[in-house]
Amino acid sequence: MFDSLQDRMESAFKNLKGEAKLTEINVAQSIKEIRRALVGADVNYKIAKEFTDKIKDEALGSKNVLKSVKPGELMVKIVMDEMTELMGGQATGINIKGNPGIVLVAGLQGSGKTTFSGKLALFLKEKKSKNPLLVACDVYRPAAIDQLTVLAEQVGCAVYKEPENKNPVEIAQNAIAYAKGHSHDVVIIDTAGRLAIDEKMMTEIRNIKSGIEPTETLFVVDSMTGQDAVNTALAFNDVIDYDGVVLTKLDGDTRGGAALSVKYTVGKPIKFASTGEKLNTLDVFYPERMAQRILGMGDIVSFVEKAQDQFDEEEAKRLEKKIKRNKFDYNDFLQQVNQIKKMGDLKSLMGMIPGMGKAIKDIDINDGAFSKVESIIFSMTPEERGKPDLLNMSRKRRIAKGCGHNIHEINMFVKQFEQMRKMMTQMSKGKGMERMMQQMQQRR
Amino acid sequence: MGFFDKFFTKEKEEDLDKGLEKTKTNIFGKISRAVAGKSTVDIEVLDELEHILISSDVGLDTTIKIIERIEERIARDKYINTKELNDILRDEIVQLLSENNTADLEQFAPVTDKNPYVILVVGVNGVGKTTTIGKLAHQFKKAGKKVVLGAGDTFRAAAVDQLGIWAERVGCDFYSKGMNTDPAAVAYETVQYAMNNDCDIAIIDTAGRLHTKLNLMKELTKIKNSIDKKMPGAPHDVMLVLDATTGQNAIEQATKFTLATEVKSLALTKLDGTAKGGVAIGISDQFKIPIKYIGVGEGIEQLQIFNKRAFVDSLFKGSDTL
Ligand SMILES: Nc1nc2c(ncn2[C@@H]2O[C@H](COP(=O)(O)OP(=O)(O)OP(=O)(O)O)[C@@H](O)[C@H]2O)c(=O)[nH]1
Ligand SMILES: Nc1nc2c(ncn2[C@@H]2O[C@H](COP(=O)(O)OP(=O)(O)OP(=O)(O)O)[C@@H](O)[C@H]2O)c(=O)[nH]1
Ligand SMILES: [Mg+2]
Ligand SMILES: [Mg+2]
Repeated sequence: MFDSLQDRMESAFKNLKGEAKLTEINVAQSIKEIRRALVGADVNYKIAKEFTDKIKDEALGSKNVLKSVKPGELMVKIVMDEMTELMGGQATGINIKGNPGIVLVAGLQGSGKTTFSGKLALFLKEKKSKNPLLVACDVYRPAAIDQLTVLAEQVGCAVYKEPENKNPVEIAQNAIAYAKGHSHDVVIIDTAGRLAIDEKMMTEIRNIKSGIEPTETLFVVDSMTGQDAVNTALAFNDVIDYDGVVLTKLDGDTRGGAALSVKYTVGKPIKFASTGEKLNTLDVFYPERMAQRILGMGDIVSFVEKAQDQFDEEEAKRLEKKIKRNKFDYNDFLQQVNQIKKMGDLKSLMGMIPGMGKAIKDIDINDGAFSKVESIIFSMTPEERGKPDLLNMSRKRRIAKGCGHNIHEINMFVKQFEQMRKMMTQMSKGKGMERMMQQMQQRR
Repeated sequence: MGFFDKFFTKEKEEDLDKGLEKTKTNIFGKISRAVAGKSTVDIEVLDELEHILISSDVGLDTTIKIIERIEERIARDKYINTKELNDILRDEIVQLLSENNTADLEQFAPVTDKNPYVILVVGVNGVGKTTTIGKLAHQFKKAGKKVVLGAGDTFRAAAVDQLGIWAERVGCDFYSKGMNTDPAAVAYETVQYAMNNDCDIAIIDTAGRLHTKLNLMKELTKIKNSIDKKMPGAPHDVMLVLDATTGQNAIEQATKFTLATEVKSLALTKLDGTAKGGVAIGISDQFKIPIKYIGVGEGIEQLQIFNKRAFVDSLFKGSDTL
């Protein structure tokens, strides 16, 4: 349903075939497309405007520098770079120095605070050899304390609660005293969900903060949030001046424009990405990936990750190696198609393969969706399937005959395949891949 | 701007102006085309319209659809001023919400001959399913119905306890098999319980799940089928709960949940915040499913019957021009 930015760029430049560089005019047109792409990805409307204005200046300033690149590609690159920079900033860890270190967790209802608190406890326990204490300061939501207790059990850490006490400031203060007496070096305080316009509740969180002076205050944001992200992020920032942001539910298919909105508005670093309901699904935040995601660019990282969710690990590793060495061939492709067919949810998955989004965009994916591609590959010799470079004109003609598609279609498919392969390899050589590997090892 | 002089001849500067002019207009060139020459509506009003719809999460596609409808209306009428545009706009959005032929509910409780009437509640994580079930049960009970809540979320920490507390608050029946049990079995047995205990309505909670998780979506289909097995034709309502703070991803949610369970109604929660929940307009229209209830707070009474007109008005609240 979403067009990728590349597609949009292509259409924006379609009428300007002859133009080899960025000009005021083609920039102006593509700016509009970028703006739509951003708004479609839930980036705040006003921010999308400001951001694209900046892009425009950037694009015009750079027009004679990179003559060799197509204007569309250059535009995409500028947007990517700009966004990555914006989302990044200096990557600071969380501050848990102190005796004990105190982390305060706040945010809207249902954003994932309690789950995150559990995840953070596990992370600090396992990765930083800490002895965390989880503190139940949500005195409102039914079974909130039970929920945190269960999570603490799963983590294997202690939980502090006062079920009869309805004063979260007191509970937090008592918890810190308790931590000092029980050699907990870090305290994680889970608070109730609250709306930014709920004055009473915002006063409460302000009092909690000033009552315990946390070393780190984190604001938890659901990555599916729409235009309102800005209001909430600002309002919470005004009241608790948080140190960092946690993005949750990134395991879905949301574009996550809220991340950009929040970062742009308050300028606080995004420190963690939460990617699942299980406690071991907490990641550090990768600005580059987030930028790609918001723009709907082929995201090979997520693709391989998703593939990993569904395929077996061996297979994914093998695939990755091949991609890295530019050895991805038609057999692999066919195998992927088969795997994917088994999995359903084709379009979103396929859309993640760079260059694929466009190829499948107009196809209504059902069982027959791949039949053309398959028939083309089936008409290749085993040798050709293993060595895509072999395909010359006469071979392509033979294949065309074999599968009953015209040479045009064969060429198009081969070209798409090559493009995809090139991009996969390129991306795998960048930092993205290393991080991805690390991350995959952390998972499961 | 002296910087440009180096790169542009006179001739190109003209094109430049044209190019810039394009970006100056709103991102929907359509709006201005729609009213050009026909009206006294000025660009500012149109910008405001775009701003309002987009900032309410209505989304590009639905906004364009709304604008096209307005375009048609304007083509029919000869002359239009801002005030008229104002009315037409609201009208068209209300219309869009009505095209599934459902009037707003008149009362909370279903008018039905089904006994028990079974409601399955689904949605992504943290949108407010369990809370909405609690509030709904309260309303049903006030209407004199006997209600049982089925604890079909057997996965999320303390989910069963949470629903149990709601059942207690409401003072209705509660059926649970505890945590980590098969949710399809819980659903089946909840219906059975309702039949055996003369309950009028059974509401079954489910674990939050992202629509992209294939196995969890399959589980949902299984839950639905097991209800149908116990009582053919049930569940009579499959309610998808959407969080008003959610942006365009809600469309994907609706798509996938509809595929897995044939969603029959929507509940829109957290409308007491600053988010407008505009994405629900497109969803209701595209999938032809009515929005039945809205959540306006965490308290037991804070559930309302959806009212199209009030909802549309709320989108425009705070705007000076529209
Ligand atoms: N898929 C997925 N689900 C998540 C993630 N983080 C949290 N959840 C789920 O989201 C729902 C809400 O999470 P909670 O941790 O209870 O949220 P909360 O902010 O504490 O909610 P309140 O205390 O009610 O305001 C639960 O079903 C969690 O399992 C995530 O990263 N991915
Ligand atoms: N402000 C406000 N908060 C709400 C509303 N409805 C639910 N909530 C809150 O949102 C949070 C999540 O609600 P739940 O009912 O637990 O959500 P859920 O969909 O059952 O969550 P999971 O089962 O974890 O997927 C809780 O803190 C609720 O109190 C509403 O209409 N307004
Ligand atoms: Mg919580
Ligand atoms: Mg629930």
